[in-house]
Amino acid sequence: MCVGVPAKVIEKYEYSALVDVMGSQITVGIIFVPEVEVGDYVIVHAGQAMSVIDEENAKLSIEEWRRLADAGNSE
Amino acid sequence: MEERISLAHGDGGELAHKLIGDVFVRAFGHTEESRFDAALFTVPSEKIAVTTDSFVVKPVFFPGGNIGKLAVAGTVNDIAVSGAVPLYLTAGFIIEEGFKIKDLKEIAETMAAEAEKANVRIIAGDTKVVEKGSIDGIYINTSGVGYVEKNRAVNPDGMEPGDSIIVNGTIGDHGIAILAARGELGIQTELPSDCAALNGLIKNVLSEVDGVRIMRDPTRGGLATTLVEIAEDFQATLEIDDELIPIRQEVQGACDILGYDPLYLANEGKVIFIVKKEREEQVLKILREHELGQNAAVIGRVVNREKGRLQLKTALGTTRRLNRLSGMMLPRIC
Amino acid sequence: MQEILNEFSSPQLSRKLLEKVKESAEKFIEKHGRRPAIMEVCGSHTHALAETGIKKVLKDYVNLISGPGCPVCVTEQKSIDAMIKLADGPDRIICTFGDMVRVPGTEQSLLEAKTAGKDIRIVYSPPDAVKIAEENPDKEVIFLGIGFETTIPILAVALQEALQKNIKNFSMWMTTKLVEPILRTLLDTNATKIDGFLLPGHVSIVLGKNDYQYLAEEYKIPGVIAGFEPVEMLSSIYKLINQFLDGRAEIENDYPAVVSDEGNPVAKQLIAKYFEPVDEAWRGIGIIPKSGMDIRGEFAEFNAKNRFQITVGEPRKTKCRCGEIIRGMVAPEDCPLFGKACTPLKPIGPCMVSAEGTCAAHYQYMRED
Ligand code: SF4
Repeated sequence: MCVGVPAKVIEKYEYSALVDVMGSQITVGIIFVPEVEVGDYVIVHAGQAMSVIDEENAKLSIEEWRRLADAGNSE
Repeated sequence: MEERISLAHGDGGELAHKLIGDVFVRAFGHTEESRFDAALFTVPSEKIAVTTDSFVVKPVFFPGGNIGKLAVAGTVNDIAVSGAVPLYLTAGFIIEEGFKIKDLKEIAETMAAEAEKANVRIIAGDTKVVEKGSIDGIYINTSGVGYVEKNRAVNPDGMEPGDSIIVNGTIGDHGIAILAARGELGIQTELPSDCAALNGLIKNVLSEVDGVRIMRDPTRGGLATTLVEIAEDFQATLEIDDELIPIRQEVQGACDILGYDPLYLANEGKVIFIVKKEREEQVLKILREHELGQNAAVIGRVVNREKGRLQLKTALGTTRRLNRLSGMMLPRIC
Repeated sequence: MQEILNEFSSPQLSRKLLEKVKESAEKFIEKHGRRPAIMEVCGSHTHALAETGIKKVLKDYVNLISGPGCPVCVTEQKSIDAMIKLADGPDRIICTFGDMVRVPGTEQSLLEAKTAGKDIRIVYSPPDAVKIAEENPDKEVIFLGIGFETTIPILAVALQEALQKNIKNFSMWMTTKLVEPILRTLLDTNATKIDGFLLPGHVSIVLGKNDYQYLAEEYKIPGVIAGFEPVEMLSSIYKLINQFLDGRAEIENDYPAVVSDEGNPVAKQLIAKYFEPVDEAWRGIGIIPKSGMDIRGEFAEFNAKNRFQITVGEPRKTKCRCGEIIRGMVAPEDCPLFGKACTPLKPIGPCMVSAEGTCAAHYQYMRED
């Protein structure tokens, strides 16, 4: 339905921000993420940042996947 | 006022003569071969290679080169990947009225520099000027002549299962550099085009390695389209491995944003080699010693000589078939 | 953070999770004598599952059914014809997403209209079309707004910008779609047997987890909100199968780094401010009440449907089965045209055009020969 890409905010302006996706940059709107700060990662869809990626939750997800992946292997 | 090309520059009269002298002869020199209406020369072999290509690119100047560099490198590469040694080029220019003479000079100088680097000479040329609005700036056609050295020919029919597929570096750089230079979709990147003449690099490989089956340059349509063509032309199943294909981060990033596939992006300084498995290490070493082959990598293998098809091995270990680029790539939201 | 993101697509982790999914699917098959049926609602999931090879490796373990989440594929032919027809008038600039331009209309596609000299522009973001309107005051600039809940708020941003800048020559032709009405329709009509839904991660950014409770509560069908990297999709499939095995029907958020319980409040506000629910026609299904969004009456001047009188005839009938495909009732291979008369270069239906379309995904990534 919607291509979404994680991007790092490198400059923040009033209504928009310059974001970086692995070295390529693009200016996106930030109206949906007023709380965003430089250094945050956001999900970009059609030129707008839709969500700020929560680092804590991302880490938790990975820990969960790792546990899942290794579970049962020692049984 | 800035000097610009006018229709009078193309009418064969005084202004045209001056333009040729100021721009082209100054850049390319007036060689021994070009004293007649046609250039005359001898070639050191019975077997010669001839090719022609027209170049249109928007924008005319881009990071890593301009249309002139592209026109020289592109034709040199077409000859070189055929296993021949490029010698001479011709250049035809179609210029839009109003084009800046300063820009034309820069393009001609770049062509001369690239030709010198590639050790070829530009020995015949032509200039036409067309009315404003009928083309976009400047188009260049180059034709090239080369010769095939004895015992240096490539041998595609020798291709067999297990042969290695090698590329001399990261793919998609030109495609993304041009996209960014156009500025249309808002993508910004420092990445230069990979545009370069590859005959030096190819010569190093051919002069030391026997067992090169085939070489091709993956320009428009990208790596995937070129490999599909090889597969179909020689009835070979080729497999490339997703994890082995060298791609620059920024190219991947731009592709992620726009929903593009780097396997289909244009390259202008890349060559694919298919070589005997036993020669793989040797080829890699030679490539990596050259400035245009630092990121050379083995990206896959010839699987069989039964069906002409290209497949991609994914990180999960499955394979899927790759087709030619179908239509142009369009940015997508979904 | 980048390292964390890289982990989402880690091949090692994916391969391990793949084995876990297979194990639990085998348990399900043992118990029920058939594969678990999971519908991926989102076209981006269809694309990603096919591209990464997950669909293929899981083929004997999980029945992954593609759902209605490709905006152009679910749009009925008449609306597509109307949008293409808009290009006909003089002094018009049509702006749209890349996905739309190759969709075949009854007479032509937008790309063909462009080749014939019409001014059709592909933009990356809807507000770019407002800028084009600003730069071309003597032209009518019309944006073709397709999309689901992720894209709808961005259309609202474009409208808001046009309003604030007082741009008179900008309008939008919207044929947007909402997730809840179509999922309800699929379930109410029993179009196909579904054990659970892989829910669309990016739509869920806007909606939030709570907005899916009806699935679990009213229909007793589980759903897991999933990201788009291989590890994320595999984990969510695994969680769904575990729910099936436990006999649970819950909505789980397996994309918590970007999806919250309530969704995005600003996006929801903007949608409500500028748009209102309208009846929308879905390909092969017909009209579903209040299943889309269109511009509110107060802002009617920006609604291209008010501004331009477009009449289209009955669309040409083809053998295209997109209408059934979007409901998960048939697979592309069941269409007699698939890969023969219909290919991405010469598509007959929208499912073959959009990168998200099920037929395109099968053609590009899953064809054996
Ligand atoms: S293969 Fe083509 S004609 Fe058949 S359902 Fe898909 S899009 Fe329609």
